[in-house]
Amino acid sequence: MPHATASAEASTIELGERVTLEKTMTVLLVGVGGQGTILAGNILAMCASEAGLDVKVSEIHGMSQRGGSVSTIIRMGQHVDSMICDPGTADVLVAFEAIEALRNQQFLREGGRLFVNDEVVTPVPVNIGNATMPEGVDGRLDALGAVRMNAGAIAREAGSPRSTNVVLVGALSTALPFAVDEWEDAIRRRVPPKTVDANLKAFALGREAALA
Amino acid sequence: MARQLLSGNEAIAQGAWEAGVRVGTGYPGTPSTETLENLVRHKDVYCEWSPNEKVALEVGIGSAMGGARTLVTMKHVGVNVAADPFMSVANTGVNAGLVLLAADDPSCYSSQNEQDSRTYAAFARIPCLDPSDSQEAYEFARQAFALSERFDTPVMLHETMRIAHTRTMVEPAGTREDAPLRDYASQPQKYVMMPAFAVGRIRATNAREDALLDYAEKSELNRVEMRDPKVGVIVAGALYNHVREALPNASTLKLGLTWPLPPKLIRDFAASVERVYVVEETCRYFRTAIAAMGVELSEPPAKPLPRSGEIFPSDIQASFGEALPGHAAPAKDLPPRPPAFCAGCPHRLVYCELRRIHAIVTGDIGCYTLGAVAPYKSVDSVIDMGASLSMAHGMELAGAPERTGRPVVGVIGDSTFAHSGITSLLGTVYNGGKGTLCILDNRTTAMTGTQGNPVNGLTLTEQAARVSPLIDAAEKPSMLDRPAGKPLDLVALCKAIGVDEVEVVDAQDLKAIRRALKAATSHTDMLSVIIFKSPCRLVDRSTRPAPKITDCRKCGSCIQIGCPALGKAEDGTAQIDPTQCIGCNQCVQSCPFGCIAFEEE
Repeated sequence: MPHATASAEASTIELGERVTLEKTMTVLLVGVGGQGTILAGNILAMCASEAGLDVKVSEIHGMSQRGGSVSTIIRMGQHVDSMICDPGTADVLVAFEAIEALRNQQFLREGGRLFVNDEVVTPVPVNIGNATMPEGVDGRLDALGAVRMNAGAIAREAGSPRSTNVVLVGALSTALPFAVDEWEDAIRRRVPPKTVDANLKAFALGREAALA
Repeated sequence: MARQLLSGNEAIAQGAWEAGVRVGTGYPGTPSTETLENLVRHKDVYCEWSPNEKVALEVGIGSAMGGARTLVTMKHVGVNVAADPFMSVANTGVNAGLVLLAADDPSCYSSQNEQDSRTYAAFARIPCLDPSDSQEAYEFARQAFALSERFDTPVMLHETMRIAHTRTMVEPAGTREDAPLRDYASQPQKYVMMPAFAVGRIRATNAREDALLDYAEKSELNRVEMRDPKVGVIVAGALYNHVREALPNASTLKLGLTWPLPPKLIRDFAASVERVYVVEETCRYFRTAIAAMGVELSEPPAKPLPRSGEIFPSDIQASFGEALPGHAAPAKDLPPRPPAFCAGCPHRLVYCELRRIHAIVTGDIGCYTLGAVAPYKSVDSVIDMGASLSMAHGMELAGAPERTGRPVVGVIGDSTFAHSGITSLLGTVYNGGKGTLCILDNRTTAMTGTQGNPVNGLTLTEQAARVSPLIDAAEKPSMLDRPAGKPLDLVALCKAIGVDEVEVVDAQDLKAIRRALKAATSHTDMLSVIIFKSPCRLVDRSTRPAPKITDCRKCGSCIQIGCPALGKAEDGTAQIDPTQCIGCNQCVQSCPFGCIAFEEE
């Protein structure tokens, strides 16, 4: 997937309803290259910055994007120092793929929220017989307190199979202090115009699944 | 102008534009690439990709000497390529401002090493600016041009991946400085670096160093922040944020100007705190220089900081004996998920065949470096851009093919060939070298995000206007006042250099690949170049429905081509993931029993 570059026009910040955070919050989005973690991060960053928060978004480009593990860190607060998410510091971890959730479990803080798309993308080393899949993935996710959902199926239900990432944004929105219409506004401005309705539906269904 | 969330690279482009930059040059390289791709969007700046970093800097030196403010961008290892002109322009100085962006990659996320480019600034004695977030990246880019003209020197703007690819808040002025073209007049004693004149310019550099030292002591680019007087930390770049996070009470000397270092400011800071520490990544750049000033540096009380790789707040906390939060143990039983060739990647079948013939492959830098990992494991070396072809010649000189019974094959991509493979090939031909060289021409610079290059002939202006690299040169749309890019004729070039045999082969045709490699590696008395041509699937997005597998014999041949869309069902038969498959036909060709086939359309 080619690198994403925000256009200046789309990234201009229009202040909306202000939100105050007592402590800097850390959200970690993890997945497989090409799953749309970058767009999801952009939507959250827009929401947070339009709520008047300081925001830092860090992501890895380059070789890891060729189907490898990827992650985006979003930190937000009144003043954010580091852009890093260290082990035990993520307030919310959103995994776009089940194995990647386990790979990043150490980043979640005690009492942090974990949302997981429990679909599995088989890594190439497993396909070619050089590695095996772990046992009992769902049970391990449950033990971590994960809110599991089949985000792909939910996206298809919304009429937009490519909106798996926005389904997960919907789930994420239930753990953050931004109003639903602020999220919807950020989605409208970040997704291709023709896909707005399907993405808003994906967002709503993702919220529903997380709250169920 | 409204606040924006910009990456370091976007912010540098904005700052350079506001500084009145007129020319931007560079060679794509993570994490520097997006800087020029953002700068080129401004219609009043001319930007181009050069074939390599040396050429980019030389074009930049010419344009700055000619009177236009110029930005030159590259990754850290690109500075090695540009080091020759770099060391000379440090002495000639500039006319209009010249800023070189050097983007380092601690932890080697997308690089072959993690060298610290600031050592080059110190080596050449030119100012080095080190931003710690996008706001500073924007401001420092503007100030770099002012410094360049004030001190008649090229300026290095240094960033790491964490600055380049982190988006933080920026409040740009949004207005472009009126920086008219500066007059040009011949000044051979300044610009002709023959021995007699060079000696004089080195003296000018000495005087400039003294003036810069004086500036460094007073510059607002450096900042002392007194907090707890027991602990003082000297730090720059992204690490400043990590120190603030990890040791919020520590006093800091934050260096924005990392060459020259200000001895008095550093001594005064050291004297004002009980113990002074340095937090730095990848090499002992600060520690060596500061120790030489006679300042006694302390080692962190609990344990030393990591000697290589990125340093995170938790590393700093651990070194200073601070408590770390509890967390789940990392899972140890997970399959790795390394990067892999995309479904339909035109490099795949070439590596399958190189694996089959057990060649010694001298490799090169690009996506195709992944031929080194499973299931191909068929690349023996990757050193630097262009090394594949010259190293194959060296292997031949050492008699490696005869002694191992394995043919030596050099493998290089199209952009890397243009970057520095042409001279490697020339050296082999000139000296009567024999062997097999493969150019994997996928029509783009894929690894860094499908940039234009001299082989596909797509200029940066055309790339920014989203012209396809697959378009016929004659059918390109006219780009305002810019000339259309000219593609390189690889066959004609190789023949002109004097290669005995040049063949173009479809990189998606396994039988043709097998025949061409067999022919080239079977005769030892000539030099063959095979150009494997087929577009990168990030450029050619065409797809068709997945083929069907019937009566699978479970032999695993298709699995071993390493396609992400191919896996095994529980009964051991091969199965295709239709959401990942693009219908490229590679697995169809790999099945020895003809069990995989497309349905009739």
